[in-house]
Amino acid sequence: MTTQTDLTQTPISQATDSQAPAQASVLKNLDAVRAMIKRHKLNDYIFSVIGLLALMMALLTLLVLFGDLVIDGFTRFNLQFLSEFPSRRAANAGLLSAWVGSALVMLVTFLVAVPMGVAAGLYLEEYAPKNWFSDLIEINVTNLAGVPSIVYGLLALGLFVYILGLGQSILTAGLTLGLLILPIVIVSTRESIRAIPIAIREAAYAVGATKWQVVYDHVLKYSYGGILTGVIIGMARALGETAPIITIGALTFIAFLPPSPLTEVAPFINFEWLSSGFTVLPIQMFNWLSRPDHAFHINAAATGALIIIVTLLMNGTAIYLRYKIRKNIKW
Amino acid sequence: MSAVVQMINQPVNLTISPRLAKNVGRNIKERIIEFILMLAALSAVATTLSIVAILLYESLSFFKTVSIVDFFTDTQWTPLFEDAHYGILALVSGTLTTSAIALSVAIPIGTISAIYLSEFASHKTREIVKPLLELLVGVPTIVFGYFALLFLTPILQKFFPDLPGFNMLSAGIVMGIMIVPYIASLAEDAMRAVPMAMREGSYAMGATRFQTAIRVVTPAAISGIVAAYILGISRAVGETMVVAVAAGQQPIVSFNPMESAATITAYIVQVALGDLPHGSIGYQSIFAAGLVLMIMTLFFNVIGHMIRKKYREHY
Repeated sequence: MTTQTDLTQTPISQATDSQAPAQASVLKNLDAVRAMIKRHKLNDYIFSVIGLLALMMALLTLLVLFGDLVIDGFTRFNLQFLSEFPSRRAANAGLLSAWVGSALVMLVTFLVAVPMGVAAGLYLEEYAPKNWFSDLIEINVTNLAGVPSIVYGLLALGLFVYILGLGQSILTAGLTLGLLILPIVIVSTRESIRAIPIAIREAAYAVGATKWQVVYDHVLKYSYGGILTGVIIGMARALGETAPIITIGALTFIAFLPPSPLTEVAPFINFEWLSSGFTVLPIQMFNWLSRPDHAFHINAAATGALIIIVTLLMNGTAIYLRYKIRKNIKW
Repeated sequence: MSAVVQMINQPVNLTISPRLAKNVGRNIKERIIEFILMLAALSAVATTLSIVAILLYESLSFFKTVSIVDFFTDTQWTPLFEDAHYGILALVSGTLTTSAIALSVAIPIGTISAIYLSEFASHKTREIVKPLLELLVGVPTIVFGYFALLFLTPILQKFFPDLPGFNMLSAGIVMGIMIVPYIASLAEDAMRAVPMAMREGSYAMGATRFQTAIRVVTPAAISGIVAAYILGISRAVGETMVVAVAAGQQPIVSFNPMESAATITAYIVQVALGDLPHGSIGYQSIFAAGLVLMIMTLFFNVIGHMIRKKYREHY
């Protein structure tokens, strides 16, 4: 022990004896270094505060936004608001035609986007050969996701409304929004399929399954949760989309309900509602918002709060689902 | 052996072997399914082609009446007036001004948030914040329009009493806040893709977190971060409801954020709200405007994705 301490002490004592001025400068440098370290640590600290503030700003906005809508629209939160048609008098106006319209449009959107999106995702992941043709489809899907929503509105106006003669109907709106969220469904389908290990497919092939049996019984079933997540996020997006539906020229003052999809006599289903005029929640909100009268702004706020609650619930469910799936599935 | 070969070579006799018949049926079914799935995938291509076809078709009729030179050089956009002018610059200037304001808000806040999330935040914070950012991305834009018109504009008017009720400043700022989560999330992805070894190397040399973040991680992820900015630009250019609600409807060539001006998207909404007869020049003008918008966003998207792809190959 003693020899060890001696050994370590010797060079230091030597240094103090023979190199006193040099050591002073080292000490001075040491102070400078310490000051520098301190400065950098301070920088670190300052940045972490700024970073937190920046992040908070983004998140607080959501809170302020929601709070603002709830405070402004507070007086309109009652069941009457949901059961009345729009009216010229702000206090009597309600959302009945808007939420029914939204629900029906979403139904069409779902029926368009989900089968097509899932099928396209399956094809691209499981079937598509690696060639220029598949690359072309891939690039297309990526680009479609970046096309502004209003351009889909122009497509719908030119193609669905006039060339195909579908008019400004629920069917047109549903088809438009269906195409709009198609890339979202395709991408989420592909991502969840990609997570399934190749061994699962090989095992199924080994016992003689055909490609479709593998895809349908295994690939599709195991990627179900991931696809559902994408579908919910896509539907939430469709619910809030305003621009494409305005562009197809949807009427903004609708004081009637589309014919009911379910009837009391056989065959219990009718399709008249598909060609009916309609309004949806965001359009109704835009309509009220663009009036100069402040009383209508209150209605707009209440509608906005409702849209936010529904979309947040949908997106929240989707994010939670994805989190659960990631946690639970271990291949 | 030869009997089997014979059986395969003679399709007429397939019914003889029920087992083989079943297999052929299976194969046909497989082919049909593959074909249907391919059609679904092709619908994406069909959508793109229809968009391009419709925009080009209506724009071509538009350019039969309006000369392309006027379209790009005239400074007035008044297709619905008696004295009609078709200078797209009046709309493009509005789009560029609001987008520039949006980006000057979104780029600093988005980048700082991304650096903080990727390099400073604890695992737990990140797990909580990332989903919240995703939620923010999901908020419908019409709601942000309300926010710009009835929340932010009155506040801004207290600082600038001359600010009109519809102005590009408020719309731009709100649009910026709207794309912060988008930029933050993409930029953070790029930073997280930087290999840990690079950070460890930096720490081993005695660098602090801030130094590592600024001098090592950010430069290494710069192409991904720039791609995030460019995709953000594309978003801002194509954004409709915020500007339609809060920026006003006057198409004038102005880059002054304190003024009210129309963007390309706001013009399309304005025309769609009025009931223009199909085939009229006003009707065609929204497709010409849409074509310009489409080209602008496509340009930014393609550049953004190219840069992103490049950085992905890097590591």
